[in-house]
Amino acid sequence: MPSAPVLDIPYSPTTGPLLAVRDLTVEYATPRGSVGAVDNVSFDVAAGEFLGIVGESGCGKSTLLFAIAQLLSPPAGITAGSVTFKGRNLVGMTDKQLGAVRWREMSVVMQSAMNAFNPVKTIGSQFRDVLRAHDTKDDIAKRSQEVMRLVGIDPVHLGSYPHQLSGGMRQRAMIAMALLFTPDLVIMDEPTSALDVVAQRSLMVQTKELQRELGFAIIFVTHDMSLVSHFSDRLIVMYGGQMAEAGATRKVFDTPAHPYSKGLLEAFPSIRGPRVPLLGIPGSPPDLASPPPGCRFAPRCPSVMPSCTQIEPPLYNVDEVLVRCLLHAEEGALHG
Amino acid sequence: MAEPLLAAKGLTRHFQIGGIFSRRNLHAVDEADLTINAREIVALAGESGSGKSTIARLLAMVYQPTAGEILFEGRPLSKMRSRKEVLNYRSQAPMVFQDPFSSLNPVYRVSHGILRSIKLHRPELNHAQRLAEAERVLTQVGLTPAAEVMGRYPYELSGGQRQRVGFAQALACKPKIILADEPVSMLDVSIRIGLLNLMAELREKEGVSFLYITHDLASARYVADRLVVMYAGHIVEQGPVEDVLARPKHPYTELLLATVPDPRAPLSDMAGADRGEPPKVVDPKPGCRFRERCPVAVAECATVTPRLRVLGGGHTAACHVAVADTMFIQPAQPSKDRTA
Ligand SMILES: Nc1ncnc2c1ncn2[C@@H]1O[C@H](COP(=O)(O)OP(=O)(O)OP(=O)(O)O)[C@@H](O)[C@H]1O
Ligand SMILES: Nc1ncnc2c1ncn2[C@@H]1O[C@H](COP(=O)(O)OP(=O)(O)OP(=O)(O)O)[C@@H](O)[C@H]1O
Ligand SMILES: [Mg+2]
Ligand SMILES: [Mg+2]
Repeated sequence: MPSAPVLDIPYSPTTGPLLAVRDLTVEYATPRGSVGAVDNVSFDVAAGEFLGIVGESGCGKSTLLFAIAQLLSPPAGITAGSVTFKGRNLVGMTDKQLGAVRWREMSVVMQSAMNAFNPVKTIGSQFRDVLRAHDTKDDIAKRSQEVMRLVGIDPVHLGSYPHQLSGGMRQRAMIAMALLFTPDLVIMDEPTSALDVVAQRSLMVQTKELQRELGFAIIFVTHDMSLVSHFSDRLIVMYGGQMAEAGATRKVFDTPAHPYSKGLLEAFPSIRGPRVPLLGIPGSPPDLASPPPGCRFAPRCPSVMPSCTQIEPPLYNVDEVLVRCLLHAEEGALHG
Repeated sequence: MAEPLLAAKGLTRHFQIGGIFSRRNLHAVDEADLTINAREIVALAGESGSGKSTIARLLAMVYQPTAGEILFEGRPLSKMRSRKEVLNYRSQAPMVFQDPFSSLNPVYRVSHGILRSIKLHRPELNHAQRLAEAERVLTQVGLTPAAEVMGRYPYELSGGQRQRVGFAQALACKPKIILADEPVSMLDVSIRIGLLNLMAELREKEGVSFLYITHDLASARYVADRLVVMYAGHIVEQGPVEDVLARPKHPYTELLLATVPDPRAPLSDMAGADRGEPPKVVDPKPGCRFRERCPVAVAECATVTPRLRVLGGGHTAACHVAVADTMFIQPAQPSKDRTA
């Protein structure tokens, strides 16, 4: 693995995964001490793969995505680990080097459209800026209209300012912007949370089709379990800044190994069948400034054992699924 | 029957878009009638861009209507002129905004907005009581330890944490109704259930009403009494939530329900991608705005805008083709012209 950033080497999928995240650790420096929002996270993304990430509100998903895309700013900092994208470590690259990668090779759809768009410029002129910065030969107006249609927005809105769009339209405009080029990796943070199910389904099906056609990989953060269930190949379940479980999506859904994953898959209401009261997962998330000793989920875990509050569980490999839980110490092989 | 808490009649809001030479009229909401009773939770769902947030903003006096009237406890909002009256109304009917990234002021700590709401709307409380109250509402939405969260700035919070700060601010007013615009869209299923249970409990114990805007129809079913469905600026269907979900009348509602995914089942290929063009709400012509995507459209749909018709007990839909429940005989409706 080359450590110094070399920009012009042609990337071939045979040389390794598209993206390799290793021991990535991110801390926010605060007056209360450092908040460990991402703790030692490692995973790969293969070319053309669709990776879903789920987890509780505040568990570090957005921070992880920002760290991968090198979009963190103080007081957040990567304190350890590497992000190797197409063979180059992005951590420590200069803005200029990163600028060449962004949009063209890797694009990001942020959780907040309001943060991503410039409020005083029309959508169309922001698309133009992105396209022009990369000196494309494409007809700018034509491409802009194409991507707007792709996400189901009337192209008249290329002339609209961000505040003139509805929440879901802004989200889709951001997805459109991320698809202006054909990047190798598209990172999306809850990109469809403001969409009705019809628009969402159509957008997802079209994104999947594009992905099949063009071969880009997707990292997709969501709270929508049906989305990951239907569209992702692999799934990471995060809890308290760490990877709690990771594996093939179907496997995790059919036989969740971590008690937190189990809770997550039992918590939602349905539009059919009897109306039953639900409780969710009792207890509150760990304080990331001073996480509890042992397993971070132990204080809320229905299957807690005495050892759980003493030993910090490592990741075990159980039948190709990684799980951070002592319940699997016997059957699982220690990972990494 | 008791007077509704909040009632909108013929509510309409248009926006001018485009430059001076290409000025066009965007119909965000056209002639919407909506009532919310005391102790009632009304869910508002529908197509993205159909005017849900615009309705909430009109009800919250953030926007002025182009036409139509809103009554709060029988009083027209248009008659509330003084700052004091408006403030008083906003404390009784606060709004939770859809995008918590733009609705929280970045220069103030979390405590600021909440304490300010309490001070403004509940002047009888002293400083210590205000602090206790602020901690109580933050704890209610699961932001713990509340004392610590209060000292943070919005940018020190995750998306779902910010969203709950917005909700806590509304709670701090001790309101009669909360206009909640997708208040749980950024929350994981477990915390989402907690907030839905909180809404149900507030209604039960304190009689708080809710306008609950959501794309999550299962959650609408879980908490709401009634469901209102919008498409392209029109209310196309409304009725008791179980009734609408079990017997949808409008083809758009049918499409919506057919598309609700079941996370436990594999994706069915059927209702795959509905690739309808986005509806035209810029300078629209009369007629049903769903007709181009509609599987059952008839000639009339292209020329006459359908009005809401009663099709079952308390269940109405705006569709020329939809038929009433067989057990239900439709009473004569006074006709009212509705164009565009
Ligand atoms: N600037 C900051 N200073 C201190 N703590 C922060 C800061 N930004 C975020 N955090 C904390 O870091 C944790 C992770 O935040 P992050 O935004 O990554 O969560 P998330 O998983 O994306 O949540 P959500 O689903 O609600 O968006 C949260 O607990 C949050 O409170
Ligand atoms: N301030 C504004 N200026 C111009 N147009 C606006 C403005 N606010 C809303 N619109 C337009 O009004 C229509 C309805 O928007 P609204 O935000 O009410 O939709 P929504 O139903 O809340 O959608 P979503 O589910 O995506 O949030 C959209 O076409 C939008 O572009
Ligand atoms: Mg986030
Ligand atoms: Mg909205």
